[in-house]
Amino acid sequence: MFYREAGQFRVSYAEDQRIFPIRQDRYGFVAVLLVAFVGVPLLANEYWFSAILIPFLILSLAALGLNILTGYTGQLSLGTAGFMAVGAFAAFNFAIRIPGLPILAVFMLAGLTAALVGIVFGLPSLRIKGFYLAVATLAAQFFIEWVLTKFGWFSNNNPSGVITAPAMKLFGMFPVDTPMKRYLFTLTIVAVMALLAKNMMRCATGRAFMAVRDMDVAAEVIGIPMLRTKLLAFAISSFYCGVAGALWAFAYLGSVEPQAFTLDRSFQILFMIILGGVGTVLGSFLGAAFIVLLPIFLNNFVHRIVPGLSSDLLSNLELMIFGGLIIFFLAVEPHGLARLWQIGKEKLRLWPFPH
Amino acid sequence: MEFDWPFFFEVLIGGLLAGVMYSLVALGFVLIYKASGVFNFAQGAMVFFAALTFVSLVEKGLNFWLAMAATLAIMVALGVAIERVVLRPLVNQPQITLFMATIGLTFFLEGLSQGMWGAQVHGLELGIKDVPFKVAGISISQFDLFAAGTAAALVAALAVFFQKTRIGRALRAVADDHQAALSVGIPLKHIWAIVWAVAGFVALVAGLLWGSRIGVQFSLTLIALKALPVLILGGFESIPGAIVGGLIIGASEKLAEVYIGSPIGLGIGTGMENWFPYMLALVFLLVRPEGLFGEKHIDRV
Amino acid sequence: MANGSARHIGDVMLKVDGISLSFGGVKALTDVSFSVREHEILAIIGPNGAGKSSMLNCINGVYHPQQGSITFRGETRTQMRPHQAARQGMARTFQNIALFKGMTVLDNIMTGRNLKMRTNFLLQALYWGPAQREELAHRRKVEEIIDFLQIQHIRKTPVGRLPYGLQKRVELARALAAEPTMLLLDEPMAGMNVEEKQDMCRFVLDVNDEFGTTIILIEHDMGVVMDISDRVVVLDYGKKIGEGTPDEVRANKAVIDAYLGVAH
Repeated sequence: MFYREAGQFRVSYAEDQRIFPIRQDRYGFVAVLLVAFVGVPLLANEYWFSAILIPFLILSLAALGLNILTGYTGQLSLGTAGFMAVGAFAAFNFAIRIPGLPILAVFMLAGLTAALVGIVFGLPSLRIKGFYLAVATLAAQFFIEWVLTKFGWFSNNNPSGVITAPAMKLFGMFPVDTPMKRYLFTLTIVAVMALLAKNMMRCATGRAFMAVRDMDVAAEVIGIPMLRTKLLAFAISSFYCGVAGALWAFAYLGSVEPQAFTLDRSFQILFMIILGGVGTVLGSFLGAAFIVLLPIFLNNFVHRIVPGLSSDLLSNLELMIFGGLIIFFLAVEPHGLARLWQIGKEKLRLWPFPH
Repeated sequence: MEFDWPFFFEVLIGGLLAGVMYSLVALGFVLIYKASGVFNFAQGAMVFFAALTFVSLVEKGLNFWLAMAATLAIMVALGVAIERVVLRPLVNQPQITLFMATIGLTFFLEGLSQGMWGAQVHGLELGIKDVPFKVAGISISQFDLFAAGTAAALVAALAVFFQKTRIGRALRAVADDHQAALSVGIPLKHIWAIVWAVAGFVALVAGLLWGSRIGVQFSLTLIALKALPVLILGGFESIPGAIVGGLIIGASEKLAEVYIGSPIGLGIGTGMENWFPYMLALVFLLVRPEGLFGEKHIDRV
Repeated sequence: MANGSARHIGDVMLKVDGISLSFGGVKALTDVSFSVREHEILAIIGPNGAGKSSMLNCINGVYHPQQGSITFRGETRTQMRPHQAARQGMARTFQNIALFKGMTVLDNIMTGRNLKMRTNFLLQALYWGPAQREELAHRRKVEEIIDFLQIQHIRKTPVGRLPYGLQKRVELARALAAEPTMLLLDEPMAGMNVEEKQDMCRFVLDVNDEFGTTIILIEHDMGVVMDISDRVVVLDYGKKIGEGTPDEVRANKAVIDAYLGVAH
């Protein structure tokens, strides 16, 4: 009833190729943006900004990065956190060693550094596939962790081991210091990068990636160059993860620490894209939201139902629920929440009729 | 300065013996992969679960052998449960999906283990003192030798099992071709349950050995990750490959730590063993993707 | 009978010379030579396992023969990657459908045009501007092919959901999207019923007629082969045992023996 497309005709290819071809979707998206940019700053408190929204946004960005590599191009990677770490440390070093460098340039350079590292570790993907490649990315993860921890140069030879991230100033004039400002800053970066990703994925780049994922031999026969395409996927994906890592250090933690980027983080982000939907931009956000919100939900609600649960038990319960959900989703809806969302929309088009 | 040969052999033998323990974990992987084509990422979590269950039962007062029997029964039940709940619903999915499901299983088992038995570190006594004894001027740890011996015995037993018994033959048939095995009347689901149970048993042995070496704690699950380079070197489907691979990884990791890590001036405890095996595996993959003992895969177009 | 249009067959476009191919100990092809002229339709036939698909794979660079050479439009090469073959103007379909199962029909065909797209990923990220113009221009071309093969009604369907016959048609569309000068079709009519075969035959002939595309096709259905091909090459056990017009080949004793299974 509300979601009918009657009367909406697409009279040009341009109209057909839009990100949101259906008018209701467009309005819905504008509403989401309004809520995000205007509503939330007005209504949310500091806790929400610092503990929920900012990490959600940054992890969505990392999930988007992983999705580009694993979801769209089919190259399984367990090294996501490693690339985030590269971005974080690169951003730190650029900011410290080149004083006066604008913060956006710092993030850009951090992303590019991560992209270069991504290309290097992506080279094996030409000969290795599937979970062999996953093991190769494990090598990347552990090696990067080790290098960044062992060689003091990366931490500016800081003896105390706690590296504070330098303060951010947008265009050198506007300090990004309160939680709300950090939220808006992160939101803008993530929104812009998500748009760029969506655009790339619906054009030839995305199609080339998906072709490599679905059947690489056929892709080559059509004229898609294997080497260049796979390396581009690694580069773009690592760029996104690098920027996410830099944001994690600068806008969330306030410090640059290798412990934030361990193998556990890589798995966490992999879970996000499996639950949210591999190969979709929306899925990255849905998965991140789910994984950020579930522990909070468990903490608050389970306490009411079963009082007296220790926090240890709760975190173990979390692990079990995550693990169980992964198996459940893989069996029931391998395309994740994003597909459930799509099915929901299709049902909504017919509502209130059943079919 | 003259090259310190005795020291070199100490490091080498220490590494080889540690390698045998890696092989033990890798063995569990190979078993499951051979029979069901599933790469069971949760093997490490199974090792952890087995060790933790055993240790907790002993601490509750159960006698050593009783605890072992009880844990074994639990592991077998776990294996059957996994086959039913995780594998059957996913039976036609591509390998990568099953792999990711076992990652989910890993987290589930980790949560379950710690949820049931708590998260403290437990010591595990097997009654073998870790006292070194000297052979030709080289120190060898008694415990390491015992572990190697146990692992060797287990491998021999498994090899006999696979080659000589009816069930072993059935397992190999299933590994080769599910459809064909079905058509000659081999009950697929029973076979898979048996395989997972055997893998659970292997996990128990590995858990006991590793647990007494480094204590029963969460980092046991990371040992399983180390088994991955072992499998890459040895091939995913070969039992001798798992052994040789384990030996190579164990030895090279210790040697690299001592002879490459220290001279660079990073000092012992550099943590090189965290990544060296994976890099070695990576280089190996580039040269010989199917491992030392694996079979070449030809893609039919 | 073959089409009666005034299409004239040109000079030799592809020359296959002394190709021998083996895998391990198995000889797939032994000293095969033939040529294909521009604008013609050549059929490669032979019993199962004769090496027909392997021959096609050699022509388009998927397999590298141990001996012999292939000359396409004057350029001789022995080692070539498939994407280079694509760039030189060869397109092909596969025996077991090689469509991208995760994408829609439209996307599959658009991917066939990736070769011709010039904008890089940065411009595509910014979309509005040169990238959008290019997308729309290529979309227009793809829609022409969709019209030509009459698959408008399924353009937004994920290919995994389509019946076999339509999937084959989509694969043909994707091959055509690259505007190839030479089309290699590996059993394009396998598994089709009579009506679907008639449709596919008509499409193949139309492609040859309207676009002048040279076509090499592997086919088992003799009726189809006799009807649409200009010349036929016969392979058996990796060797060429006959070549000529359909009528000549039909009367060739060696060919008859091979199909009847007479030992030789």
